[in-house]
Amino acid sequence: MTSQVEVSESTEDEPLPVAPVAGMPAQNGDGKRVTKLDRVVIRFAGDSGDGMQLTGDRFTTETAGFGNDLSTLPNFPAEIRAPAGTLPGVSSFQLHFADHDILTPGDAPHVLVAMNPAALKANLGDVPRGAEIIVNTDEFTKRALAKVGYAADPLGDGALDAYSVHPVPLTTLTVEALKDSGLARKDAERAKNMFALGLLSWMYHRPTEGTERFLRVKFANKPDIAEANVTAFRAGWNYGETTEDFAVSYEVAPATAAFPAGRYRNISGNLALAYGLVAASEQSGLPLFLGSYPITPASDILHELSKHKNFGVRTFQAEDEIAGIGAALGAAFGGSLGVTTTSGPGVALKSETIGLAVSLELPLLVIDIQRGGPSTGLPTKTEQADLLQAMYGRNGEAPVPIVAPATAADCFTAALEAARIALTYRTPVFLLSDGYLANGSEPWRIPEPDELPDLRVPFATEPNRPDGSFWPYLRDPETLARPWAVPGTPGLEHRVGGIEKQDGTGNISYDPANHDHMVRIRQAKIDGITVPDLVVDDPSGKAGLLVLGWGSTYGPIAAAVRRVRAAGGEVAQAHLRHLNPFPANLGEVLAGYDRVLVPEMNLGQLAHLLRARYLVDAQSFTQVTGLPFKAEQLADALTAQLEVQS
Amino acid sequence: MSTETHAFPSLGLVPKAAAPQSMKDFKSDQEVRWCPGCGDYAILAAVQSFLPELGLARENIVFVSGIGCSSRFPYYLNTYGMHSIHGRAPAIATGLAASRPDLSVWVVTGDGDALSIGGNHLIHALRRNVNLKILLFNNRIYGLTKGQYSPTSEVGKITKSTPMGSLDAPFNPLSLAVGAEASFVARTIDSDRKHLQSVLRAAAEHQGTALVEIYQNCNIFNDGAFDALKEPATRDQALIRLEHGQPIRFGSDNGMGVFRDPATGDLTTAAVTADNADRVLVHDAHADSPTTAFALTRLAAQDTLHNTPIGVLRSVQRPVYDTQMLTQLDQAVAQRGRGDLGALLTGSDTWTVD
Repeated sequence: MTSQVEVSESTEDEPLPVAPVAGMPAQNGDGKRVTKLDRVVIRFAGDSGDGMQLTGDRFTTETAGFGNDLSTLPNFPAEIRAPAGTLPGVSSFQLHFADHDILTPGDAPHVLVAMNPAALKANLGDVPRGAEIIVNTDEFTKRALAKVGYAADPLGDGALDAYSVHPVPLTTLTVEALKDSGLARKDAERAKNMFALGLLSWMYHRPTEGTERFLRVKFANKPDIAEANVTAFRAGWNYGETTEDFAVSYEVAPATAAFPAGRYRNISGNLALAYGLVAASEQSGLPLFLGSYPITPASDILHELSKHKNFGVRTFQAEDEIAGIGAALGAAFGGSLGVTTTSGPGVALKSETIGLAVSLELPLLVIDIQRGGPSTGLPTKTEQADLLQAMYGRNGEAPVPIVAPATAADCFTAALEAARIALTYRTPVFLLSDGYLANGSEPWRIPEPDELPDLRVPFATEPNRPDGSFWPYLRDPETLARPWAVPGTPGLEHRVGGIEKQDGTGNISYDPANHDHMVRIRQAKIDGITVPDLVVDDPSGKAGLLVLGWGSTYGPIAAAVRRVRAAGGEVAQAHLRHLNPFPANLGEVLAGYDRVLVPEMNLGQLAHLLRARYLVDAQSFTQVTGLPFKAEQLADALTAQLEVQS
Repeated sequence: MSTETHAFPSLGLVPKAAAPQSMKDFKSDQEVRWCPGCGDYAILAAVQSFLPELGLARENIVFVSGIGCSSRFPYYLNTYGMHSIHGRAPAIATGLAASRPDLSVWVVTGDGDALSIGGNHLIHALRRNVNLKILLFNNRIYGLTKGQYSPTSEVGKITKSTPMGSLDAPFNPLSLAVGAEASFVARTIDSDRKHLQSVLRAAAEHQGTALVEIYQNCNIFNDGAFDALKEPATRDQALIRLEHGQPIRFGSDNGMGVFRDPATGDLTTAAVTADNADRVLVHDAHADSPTTAFALTRLAAQDTLHNTPIGVLRSVQRPVYDTQMLTQLDQAVAQRGRGDLGALLTGSDTWTVD
């Protein structure tokens, strides 16, 4: 998936085939068959302590390096170590990779790796009949089965007859492979995820050098553990190569046609966002100051930025959410690019300071990595239900621009865009990412620094009144932005505050007419922000149905649109990056279609805004499961709309 | 700029004024709108006449305040200033000071702002030891909301919100500050300009966070709260003026002294006699251990204010947050070179599509 918000004409992200069988069988040197596939969805599932996220990450990195297009969906509980072997403790990582451009982590896995009965039970419902299931039989003990409510062993009672099951004693094989390592049995067992990774790497012809190098670096201080993991990884590979249970391996060719020429890397949303912030600092020439309080799923941005002090990046882990944004705003007053990162509950606490930033008219980035709510909600799951909080969640009339990235890699460009608006218009800006984008990853074409926008803005250096005085609220007639005069500038000493102020002078004013004027001019400044027109993908130009989304639903919506079009349906697609202000042509676009469907991971917040603003009968399609939409589900919803229409 | 030659080492990175300044340089053009007779006027005048002494470029001085009567302070000073939101000034000032070591950053706050709604930010600013000077105007009442009890009001205070008397035990702001690892803790009084300025001077000289509690009279809602410390008839018995290195003596003719009780280690007061004169506690503001400073904060009686120490209770050197933050940035550049955006974005694991 590329980071552009436009719909590619390439191969459809087609409905899931039953088991990866179609293809061109060939014999390899060992007499094993090799089948070519165009795409595969794998899900690794195990206990929270089984290292499934690491296993998935490594498989992803191997796959990215191989040149496939890919998309990932990590899914884990909020507890660090939920009780072992229980359903709530199951952690999984799904990876979709292909020889062509893909848009989602896949609706359902072709291959499920289940490290214990809980992982099998929690995930089986998503696995279509005919798919392959690799189970760690060592964990299928009476006690472990009973713990998750299996009355009988599903490996023996025919419950899995509809699937292609590979029973593998992963733990025993791993311990056996490490019997000469000198490790205690318990430590040896912990390498079983690397055995599984080795086996899957063999099945899908993944390169292995990178993982071996990674393990040696990760465990550089514990060489015996490093070697044990490498040994287990190789043992898993060899197991696939030699055992008869695995008669077929699969090739998924690099997705050469899917990508424009360039240099690529794999990147997660939070990493892309952190890099976008560093880039915004470099491109604006302003030092980056991050004030933040740890919160899932945003903390990784704090972790990442704290590594880049050699870019002049200051990271401040505050005592609470309010201090995080307060410090960022204080730094912005001093001329830094002030940023705070959080999730929905943190935004609630920061609201008053955001209002202050609106009143002070200082640039500030508020990054909200949305998660399930209300309250603590679902800390590790995704949702888009903070849109109205970002739009309206403050006292008084306090408009704040909102930017939303569409994909993991797009978080990079969205951060630059949010910075452009904040710096140009001297305003706090919301960037709404979510848990799905934050933790998911995809290939990213690495931009050259000279492709990046110039974000430099001038500080005020001279008095701006004929009498030689300085008015801090004398506005730029084009942007309505006020001058940014930072402390240390002689002659421009001034005071700002949250009390209403007289336009121009900035002096405290309770004058009724002035307040009315200031409320309206702050709104006009935000309404007047220049944002690109909405681009509509409507190949025939004859579609009567428009599907309009925002944020992380881009992938599933675009995949659904491909399916519907492949089946002969006509549907137009558009995706909003700017939620406030909306693109100037949005009303016109909406008016051009008979029906508008708005899929959202909330109860219809964008639809609500559209209906209020444009008097359009936008229909909501909503889901709040903590998981992204599936393409099939959205394709069905689109098809239903087309049927109503015809 | 060299720190050795600067009169105020804590301000070594702050540019100096080109020419001598006077009090009027620090007066803004805004009309002061406190109630006539408010103690804030005296503090404002003391600060305005003290600032020229720092000799700093006026544009490099910033006053940040929260909400409350005292928090209007920045509007009346011709420096950079921010009148922020309730309780958050220490957090905002932390971000400003940590990102701009060339600024002299002052926080103006009150007992409600700093100790109630903003208590968390205050204690964390103190433990971090950011280069901030916090002026806490303590009038033991909520003034701007018209007369509710505050977290420093005495128990049983009759106010609009407590017609039968307040129930909660008050904070002792200086005990709290010492407990929060403050490196500089002082107390002074609005009406004693000379003392107030001497404490401001010591605070300005201090490297790190300085907390200065200023007893300030609210003549509308809590008039006379500090009269015991001001009236000629009582003040000698009530006030204990601390001077580093000097025996702590007070009262008329310095007849009283502060002693350590050998049984408990606690501090007590007693008349000084020929027998005990050599056992009067000598004030050591620079003692590494906060124990004696804490005991000094406990000397005063909450209700009568007898035995109230004023002056610098504690002033110790420890690492300053913003200095260390800057050092880490310099170290990162020294170790890895100035960041290269192209190299960062590329990372180590890439592939090329032709």
